[in-house]
Amino acid sequence: MAVTAPGSATGARVVVDPRMRRLYLRRQLGLFGLLLPALLLLLVLFAYPILRLLVTSVYDQGSFSLEHYQRIVQVDLYLRVMRTTFTIALQVTAICLVLGYPLAYFLSTLRARTARLLLILVLIPFWTSILVRTYAWMVLLQRQGVINRWLIELGLIDEPLRMMYNRIGVLVGMVHVLLPFMVLPTFAVMRGIDRDLIRAAQNLGATPLQAFLRVFFPLSLPGVAAGSLLVFILALGFFITPALMGGRTDIMIAQLMEDQIRTQLNFPFAAALGTVLLLVTLVIFVIYNRLLGLDKIFGGDVS
Amino acid sequence: MTVHPVARPGTRVLADRPAGRPRYAFSWSRLLLAALCGLILLFLIAPVIIVIPMSFSAAKYLSFPPPGFSLQWYQNFFNRSDWTSAMIQSIRVAFTVMILATILGIMASLALVRGNFPGKDFINVVIVSPLIVPTIIVAIAVYGVYARLHLVQTFVGLVLAHTVLALPYVIVNVTATLRGFDIRLEQAAQSLGASPLQTFRFVTLPTIAPGIFAGAVFAFIASFDELIVALFIAGAQGRTLPMRMFEGLRLEIDPTIAAVSSMLITFSVLVLLSAEVVRRRGRREL
Repeated sequence: MAVTAPGSATGARVVVDPRMRRLYLRRQLGLFGLLLPALLLLLVLFAYPILRLLVTSVYDQGSFSLEHYQRIVQVDLYLRVMRTTFTIALQVTAICLVLGYPLAYFLSTLRARTARLLLILVLIPFWTSILVRTYAWMVLLQRQGVINRWLIELGLIDEPLRMMYNRIGVLVGMVHVLLPFMVLPTFAVMRGIDRDLIRAAQNLGATPLQAFLRVFFPLSLPGVAAGSLLVFILALGFFITPALMGGRTDIMIAQLMEDQIRTQLNFPFAAALGTVLLLVTLVIFVIYNRLLGLDKIFGGDVS
Repeated sequence: MTVHPVARPGTRVLADRPAGRPRYAFSWSRLLLAALCGLILLFLIAPVIIVIPMSFSAAKYLSFPPPGFSLQWYQNFFNRSDWTSAMIQSIRVAFTVMILATILGIMASLALVRGNFPGKDFINVVIVSPLIVPTIIVAIAVYGVYARLHLVQTFVGLVLAHTVLALPYVIVNVTATLRGFDIRLEQAAQSLGASPLQTFRFVTLPTIAPGIFAGAVFAFIASFDELIVALFIAGAQGRTLPMRMFEGLRLEIDPTIAAVSSMLITFSVLVLLSAEVVRRRGRREL
């Protein structure tokens, strides 16, 4: 039985006695049987549909054609959607980085108990439905909203500011949703950095700033990379926030896909858009996997 | 996406304080940093908190601070069948998804941790990939297949699609606890005459219960909060709570949503707390 222990390199040791071998194989078969229902569900309702989506995207009226892809590059509107999507994803990632890095750094310098308490303030929004949070921002940012009323009462502005149904609204809403995805991995990496290294640098004559820039910062980069790639990927496929808080001209790719299916009934074109989005996502994930390993994201344990 | 549900890394973030962590003496730059972080934390938490007083507002329109106390929006929610039926539908779907994903997830986790068969790494990737692929793609892909199978606008269809999205959460959490499980305990039970099923029921299951609990909770929430797949598959008859909220936010900003939101926030705080309690208890027993 010890042969099946995970992570041990004993797989090869098994096979001496034929009876042991039979037992071993039967056990493996049983384990594979346990996996089967989940695997079948994923194959039928995930892998197959996506494969079918890819195939649909290169067919037009029954024959192979790249027509739908050509349309993406040739029609101005669609090109603009692509550009908007990438720009918004980049802007959101940059803002999350600027806000998330200092926060993660500060939390990592606190005592564990204090950090844990403050981290609750990051985790509660993280666990709250995106719709709830989008609603909250709509209440705050709209024309007659909380922020505009307060600014007018304070005499800082005369006219209400337009902060919703445009890029500002989308960025604020998306950063709010995605910031925890930056803070948590960055914090986890920073927590693991040995502070003695920084003390050593300072003993050797580095100023605190030099010690930070040349020792701490490079060591924190894996967390920053993990957080940034995660935020960027999630931002590319965003639907709810831009649909509710975005302007009519600031459309992202997921909104275009929804519109193509629900109002234009153009499934193949939506499939082509989906394929592009999927490819970009996968490329970034391959990079992520090379840099850090997939398990870093999904581990239930960030420490 | 529910970004959802996108991967929500677990809550287990803090290790003990590493030895040799320097004490940070007072300095102006540190005070500035603390103030900045206070503002960032305020940005994160304020919108979530502000919804709660607004849901008790006596005003007919949105105003903050609310002019008086009233339960009118809660009344409105519970008196209107379009809201209550959406909530009941969401609970039914999420509960079924939770049961299904937990059972399938425990089985698959056992196989993935204990098994030693070809292609295991690949299967591991396939199983977490619903968390990677943008939800909108899953939504339209499944919609395309469902249209042929006549599963659009059915309860079964929605439950199965949500189970695909919920399964990774269960598997990630259960495999994590299973890896920390000492297999000699099972060997001891079996050498003392327990059947494999008895061993699982009385030895393995109690030990990995915290992971199962966390996975089940994530699975419930992954389904309960999910909008995009439901938007394509559920149809007007089987409208879920997120769908009803989305409609409400698209048309007019109805303060009833503040009441719904407050209930959902309370719910997620309770979930967070209970997951934490179970985790601590689990750690103590180990």
